[in-house]
Amino acid sequence: MNFEDSPQEAEYRARVRRWIEANAPDLGPLSAEERRNWHPRHKEIARQWQATKADAGYACISWPKERGGAGGSAIEEAIFNQEEARAGVQFTYFMTGLHMLLPALMEHSTDAASLAQVAPAVRGDTIWCQLFSEPASGSDSAGVRCAAVREGDGWRINGQKVWNSGAQAADFGMLVARTDPDRPKHKGLTVFWLDMKTPGVEVRPIRMMSGDNELNEVFLTDVFIPDNQRIGDVDGGWKVVISTLMNERAALGSGTGLNWRDVMKLAASVPSWEGTALDDPAFREWLADYYVQSEAIRLTSFRTLTSLSKGQAPGPESSGGKLLWANTTQAMTSQALDLLDHFGLVDDPDMAAAGGAFQHRFMWAPGLRLGGGTDEIMKNIIAERVLGLPGDIRVDKTVPFREIPSGR
Amino acid sequence: MNFDYTDDQKALKEEARRFLASVSPLTVVRAVLDDPGRGLDEGLWARIVEQGWCGAAIPESYGGLGIGYVELCALAEELGRSLAPVPFASSVYQFAEALLVAGSEDQKQAWLPRVAAGEVVGALAFSEGAGVLRGDRLATRFAHGRLSGVKLPVTDGLFATHAVVLAAGTDGPGLYLVDLAGPGVSREGLATIEPTRGEAQVTFDGAPAEPLGAPGEGAALLERIHDRAAILLAFEALGGADRCLEMARDYALERYAFGRPIGGYQAIKHKLADVFVANEVLRANAYYGAWALSTDAAELPVAAAAARVAACNAYWLASKENIQTHGGIGFTWEADCHLFYRRARHVGLAIGATRDWKRRLAARLEARLAAEANQESAR
Repeated sequence: MNFEDSPQEAEYRARVRRWIEANAPDLGPLSAEERRNWHPRHKEIARQWQATKADAGYACISWPKERGGAGGSAIEEAIFNQEEARAGVQFTYFMTGLHMLLPALMEHSTDAASLAQVAPAVRGDTIWCQLFSEPASGSDSAGVRCAAVREGDGWRINGQKVWNSGAQAADFGMLVARTDPDRPKHKGLTVFWLDMKTPGVEVRPIRMMSGDNELNEVFLTDVFIPDNQRIGDVDGGWKVVISTLMNERAALGSGTGLNWRDVMKLAASVPSWEGTALDDPAFREWLADYYVQSEAIRLTSFRTLTSLSKGQAPGPESSGGKLLWANTTQAMTSQALDLLDHFGLVDDPDMAAAGGAFQHRFMWAPGLRLGGGTDEIMKNIIAERVLGLPGDIRVDKTVPFREIPSGR
Repeated sequence: MNFDYTDDQKALKEEARRFLASVSPLTVVRAVLDDPGRGLDEGLWARIVEQGWCGAAIPESYGGLGIGYVELCALAEELGRSLAPVPFASSVYQFAEALLVAGSEDQKQAWLPRVAAGEVVGALAFSEGAGVLRGDRLATRFAHGRLSGVKLPVTDGLFATHAVVLAAGTDGPGLYLVDLAGPGVSREGLATIEPTRGEAQVTFDGAPAEPLGAPGEGAALLERIHDRAAILLAFEALGGADRCLEMARDYALERYAFGRPIGGYQAIKHKLADVFVANEVLRANAYYGAWALSTDAAELPVAAAAARVAACNAYWLASKENIQTHGGIGFTWEADCHLFYRRARHVGLAIGATRDWKRRLAARLEARLAAEANQESAR
């Protein structure tokens, strides 16, 4: 049981720490407004940092060099990510593409023009978004209705996608569409990539309950996609979808943001019956449980790193990470509002505690429990893939997709 | 980075699992349960002593094997999994640790080799009836080399040969080492909800005893001893909680209702997924505790309290939901589920209940935050 790097890992960590210190962008001059995700100045800084990393061999470290990576190991990549997070210069713009979509593209496509899209994304020159979910296909992720019909050397696409994070600014999308509605649902899907500027693609932002606009609806009307932009086999898209979803859930379990220190400091700043809210025994009992659960997420990541360090695939230990993180975040922000009492309602950044971070996170928390696999889907995954319990009875598994009841 | 057992530690753990499966099947546990007042299996204890496990973490200079605390954690995990009805936790996690934490060089030389060899079976006697222990309200007193008062309950107090006793001395609470076979000691077994781990009432009436550690420091010393025991007991809880989840999973696969295995229903799947997550929370915190214990890290008090809270929560959840998954059969004497339900409560109460440890954890986190703020301002 130790947290120490091997000599090679320690040497690598020292090297990247020095390099990050020397090269990391300074967010200091940005105003609070400019520091928000998707603000043009913030996004430009993120793009430049990604390019700087790519030039130095620190972007997608474990990917092959011909794809823009550095041909390094998974543990080197993990160490770099830790140091990057430590320096406060980790950005989210490229994560969907680099962590979820492009690994699947590299795994399932052999087309040179498609693979040529990877390296620019590694440099941050392009942003990718995921076009999977639909109004009638959320947890039922194979229930895709968006249709792709053969036409000459390509496909004509019609349908609607939803919950597309970053689609408003994305250059490319990865799309799953139904190519054969006469086959059972998992067997008639095909995955493509497309330029988001293709005629017929319309992105409409969705305003979430938190007031943020990062998610979108994407309407596809008679969009043409050449066949070389197909990823994987015709009607073999489910395999590609699974690759990306597994990557997404692993990435979401990492647990970032407000932690036990923040909520303790908040409690210590709030007056209570006697002393501060930090003196309240009920709060202290809650805090102990919260610490134990939220620290477990951080500690479990060290177990995952241990596997990577040995060159092994991570075990099932991280399966609960996303579930735990989403739920502890919701509970913690709710507790923070309670501590503030009536004033917990105030989220004016100039007046609210921590600039309104607790209120903002509180309003995001329901989405954490839904996005990237709902709580219920995550529990099914643990029960079926980790514990080996049987899948649900499926009334839709073997029937042609077009005959599945839709309730409409 | 290796936040896991090493390959050698894994081999030791597997060996221990095989050994315990052969010498301590649940039929052995059940035989103790069905024989009120017995409180342990002496034959099994002798076999475990023979393995040298009692001295796993005791340094070689004190007659132990000195192989280390992570190894002791691995053994604890397997002992917890097997529910072995032996006084290992009392003698090794508490009595030996009390000597290591508080003993003089002479005391360590005199006693630790005998604990390692199993000649001495130690207990730690601190509780005095209902409610949380208050160091400033101890009724047991030490004066002129003699102890008087009643300790209730004392885990393994009937079988133990010696005890470390928390008592009020002239300078405040202190720890005192006493021979339980000596004069002025009477003992009585207690009926409890967990008869496979014997509890006793121990009455001292002028029993000769010697101080262990500085007088007046008893409460602080006991806290340090309990921190170390908390980490080791967290591993016992982990072994038990994992086994509960396996039992529930196996039964959910085998039991059919409404024409299919009950494990196919989300009501069961989601329940067992929650147990899985709680067990992983425990594993992460227990491993952190093992690291802190094996390196004597400054983080030990926080890590110990966190491991303790995670252990009590997870074992309780796993043991009760194991019964629930089994349905009516799980509520019978014949089914093994209740053996874990009993042990989960024993582990959860024996060195102080969760409420007390949550209180400690919060206080320690507050102290850590203050220390970090001081470091920050010193920079």
